[in-house]
Amino acid sequence: MHLSTSAIVLSLRSHGEHGAIARLLTPEAGMQAGYVRGGRSRRLKPVLIPGNIVQAEYRARTEEQLAQLSVELIASRAPLFSEALPAAAIDWAAALSATALPEGQPYPRLYDALDGLLAAIEAAPSAKGWAAALVRYELLVLAELGFGLDLTECAATGRRDGLVFVSPKSGRAVSGEGAGEYRDRLLPLPAFLTGGEADWDGIFDGLRLTGHFLSRDVLIDRQSEALAARDRLIDRLKRVVC
Amino acid sequence: MASPEIEALTQALARLPGLGPRSARRAVLHLLKKREVALAPLLRALDAVNDKLAICSTCGNVDTTDPCSICADTRRDPRLLCVVEEVSDLWALDRSRLFPGHFHVLGGRLSALEGIRPEDLSIDKLIARVAVGGIDEVVLAMNATLEGQTTAHYLAERLETYPVRITQLAHGLPVGGELDYLDEGTLAQALRARRPVV
Repeated sequence: MHLSTSAIVLSLRSHGEHGAIARLLTPEAGMQAGYVRGGRSRRLKPVLIPGNIVQAEYRARTEEQLAQLSVELIASRAPLFSEALPAAAIDWAAALSATALPEGQPYPRLYDALDGLLAAIEAAPSAKGWAAALVRYELLVLAELGFGLDLTECAATGRRDGLVFVSPKSGRAVSGEGAGEYRDRLLPLPAFLTGGEADWDGIFDGLRLTGHFLSRDVLIDRQSEALAARDRLIDRLKRVVC
Repeated sequence: MASPEIEALTQALARLPGLGPRSARRAVLHLLKKREVALAPLLRALDAVNDKLAICSTCGNVDTTDPCSICADTRRDPRLLCVVEEVSDLWALDRSRLFPGHFHVLGGRLSALEGIRPEDLSIDKLIARVAVGGIDEVVLAMNATLEGQTTAHYLAERLETYPVRITQLAHGLPVGGELDYLDEGTLAQALRARRPVV
């Protein structure tokens, strides 16, 4: 195996005295793990920070072997860590990707979406500029892993307009008319996911929607521990809005 | 071929950080050769630590007394409290003798991937210490990693309702650091934290 590519750092785990195992999201080869010699050194620690873009070079004799990984920094997101909300958002986005995605499966759309989300977190003057992108990223993670929501037509009536709910069981959109007596049991579908503008109420509805399906279908058993970072992020967002 | 007892000692030493089988064997040979000046004092020291080892119920430091020698030191400024992730961080800061106040060890940092939540850390104890009063400043000395900084932000939010000044260690150029060898993240932090010279 020889892979040379740009990649987004997702996680770093210590291995031995000085080395580390890094998980990176690559555009064409999906999430790839590699052993970084001296990965905990003063020189490489600032490079292997979640959210950073690096030039990665994987080398292994066979596909099954854990590859030796060397990295060079392209863009650092470390300056964002001094702000509470961007730090929490990067923490969650990287943890979600590292926890949910299987290794070695290509997800080029997820790479582009995560790259775009991180760029939005970096560039947006306030959280409102990236919170909707975070909801869309979570929806895309669900979709790419086979748990996509169908938000195109009403599960009850087949109508393509007036969609305001999502069934927590099937993940399909439901119109106000089709909801009938079940409306209290349905999840609200924010307007920005069907072409409208994003406001804070809609963003929180979106986070509730994706949170339900992430915890039910993707982050189960031990993986559910990662959701604590998401809860802290949402608490922070709510405090900002208040 | 060494006896089973010596082999067991070698294996025990090889499990320590910084030592492998070869260096453990060298250490064992040294201990055996210098039995009186190396092995006996080492045994006595290990025995004493094993007998008296205690976790400080106030700050979480590892010492042979509870409260630890730092908490019991009346010359320290009780109005200053420095929060660190691990005992090793406390020892590193105390080695420098630059911080005259007391410490609080969290026992880790929040981690989404490792599933470490606020209730897994000594955060409630910290809040209780601050709530009692008598502390003017809390210094958040977390590591400059994503998880360290996330923990620092979380602590700052939990502490903001108390009448204390919350500060954080500066990030930027290390002593002896050369600009062209630094990563852009560190450089950006250093530029942000620049201050007037005169």
